[in-house]
Amino acid sequence: MVDGFADTSRFRLVEAPPLARFVLRAPDTALKAAGKAYGLALPEALNHGASHGERGKPGARVALHLGPDEWWLIVPEAEGPDVAAALESALGSHPHSLVNVSHRQVGYVLEGEGAAGLLNAGCPLDLSEAAFPPGMATRSLFHRVGLMIWRMAPGLFRLEIDRSLAPYFVAALAEAAKDHS
Amino acid sequence: MLLIRCPWCGMDRPEIEFRHAGAAHITRPGPPDRVSDEEWAAFLYLRDNPKGRVAERWRHVHGCGRFFNAVRDTVTDVFVVTYKAGEPRPPETGPGESQPTEARP
Repeated sequence: MVDGFADTSRFRLVEAPPLARFVLRAPDTALKAAGKAYGLALPEALNHGASHGERGKPGARVALHLGPDEWWLIVPEAEGPDVAAALESALGSHPHSLVNVSHRQVGYVLEGEGAAGLLNAGCPLDLSEAAFPPGMATRSLFHRVGLMIWRMAPGLFRLEIDRSLAPYFVAALAEAAKDHS
Repeated sequence: MLLIRCPWCGMDRPEIEFRHAGAAHITRPGPPDRVSDEEWAAFLYLRDNPKGRVAERWRHVHGCGRFFNAVRDTVTDVFVVTYKAGEPRPPETGPGESQPTEARP
């Protein structure tokens, strides 16, 4: 339940707990070392995500391949410093950048059978399962704001939105929800 | 809305995810101490504005974030081909008359 958004039987919106987020820019040759240090192999296919564990719980790991040399790594907030230290020491011999962007954005989960249709109220991507299957992750737009969309299951989307733009996103989604409920 | 193929993502994506970034394949003259003012002014300001196919830089800013090049027809607005930055322009897309395209539904 998120302030300003009314959940229905067809979809509900949940705000993520505090998380540590990193942007890793590195060449393909560093992937193996990074995956080993991170505890989860970084997906090689562009626009795909991988994860294990439950969000916010100890040991949870998320890796999203969003650009040719760009991965987002999301872990529980308390494990951020350890993960960063492990990656930095493993990647010492590779040219790379690892930036902590934990507070730049907020995470949401949009789930339910009507989730894809509701997102399409503002997102121009084809979110049919044939074009956007579970496992796919990419940046796109919702009306005027950029967001990251990761489909974990047919009716389960994880979203990341810049913190200052989140109120706009929630308000626009709530407005669209009136037409979709 | 147009669909533009991002050569990095390998998929057709909606037009509003992209930003135009000027003419492609502009070579910066150099070294700077041996470039005349005229050459430098031409590099900065002079561009062709043909009717037909042009090579342009585009950026998939609300997607993978990377720059790429595209050959676009300025008459029909059809994207003939897109290719990664650094690759040469495909020879078969050379400048020429605008090609009529099939009507779209």
